[in-house]
Amino acid sequence: MIDWTYEAGVYELVLAAPPCNEIGTTMLAGLQRFLAQVDPDAHTLVIRSGLRQGFCAGADLRELYRGLCDIPQDQHAAQIRGFIDAIHDVMDRLDMLPLTTIGVVHGVCFGGGFELALTCDMLIAEKSARFCFPELRLGIVPGFGGIPRLRRDVGNGLIRDLLLSGRSIGAKKAHGCGLVSQIVAGGEGLAAARALAAQSAKFDPVARKAAKAFIKKLPREELAEERELFVRLAQGPALFAALKRFVESTDLRPYLP
Amino acid sequence: MKHDDTLSALIQLAAKRFGADASQLRPEDDLFERLGIDSFQAVELISDLEDKFDVELPDYELQGIKTFAALAARIDARR
Repeated sequence: MIDWTYEAGVYELVLAAPPCNEIGTTMLAGLQRFLAQVDPDAHTLVIRSGLRQGFCAGADLRELYRGLCDIPQDQHAAQIRGFIDAIHDVMDRLDMLPLTTIGVVHGVCFGGGFELALTCDMLIAEKSARFCFPELRLGIVPGFGGIPRLRRDVGNGLIRDLLLSGRSIGAKKAHGCGLVSQIVAGGEGLAAARALAAQSAKFDPVARKAAKAFIKKLPREELAEERELFVRLAQGPALFAALKRFVESTDLRPYLP
Repeated sequence: MKHDDTLSALIQLAAKRFGADASQLRPEDDLFERLGIDSFQAVELISDLEDKFDVELPDYELQGIKTFAALAARIDARR
């Protein structure tokens, strides 16, 4: 599910939950376990997927649907808020870790998976990587802090394009707009991340941590606003109907926006 | 690139990526069915096509497209 190694100041966190690292309660618990033991003297965290399919396909929609089916409708809001609060806490802590964080992305990097990638300080994309916010198809907006985090990095035009069209963009376009730091060939992402980690190890730890704290702030107000908007929209009928369609779909390609 | 050239290059690319025999693929074949492409592979194929043909292919424009010929026409329309 989630595993990590720690060697010479470098954590390598590997997501390996088929079909494509969907983020539900199990993944959340794994991330919480990882965060609880992070050595503050580490200098780099590399986050990557161990699955061929991609980095992460987003929230676990099947689990969300089952969870909502199991409780009366008047409890949906509390259920959704509980999960969103927990995931925001994890994402914010990843975002603000006092080490250099590198996301290695290939294949699908959609929805909540894109939001997880956006907590990283730098992204290394293999050529197959594609980024997408398909949430409007579900009658919601991204709810894991993705839009406020993306606003730190790229222009509003690109954000509107991604959010309001639901289309995916490839590694090349993502690199061109500054979302991705480096593009590498397929299968070369981890090697590039390790080289970057080795570079990070050379820096004075006090200066490295101060530099990150200086340049990367948590957009707290927007994150809180996004959370409220998400919870409000998630209580509408559109989400439940869309989840039902998704879960019951026999389409081979339900992830396509 | 003419439509036939786009079509030929598309079939070659898809055959190579998914380990099929290009000579057995026809323009009117359902490429998803013929190549057994799942949702994740479809996403990767879009990146391959964008790189190969130097175009942007919004996902929503590809909905409903099933055949190599229709996909080649969509690529040509974006060039």
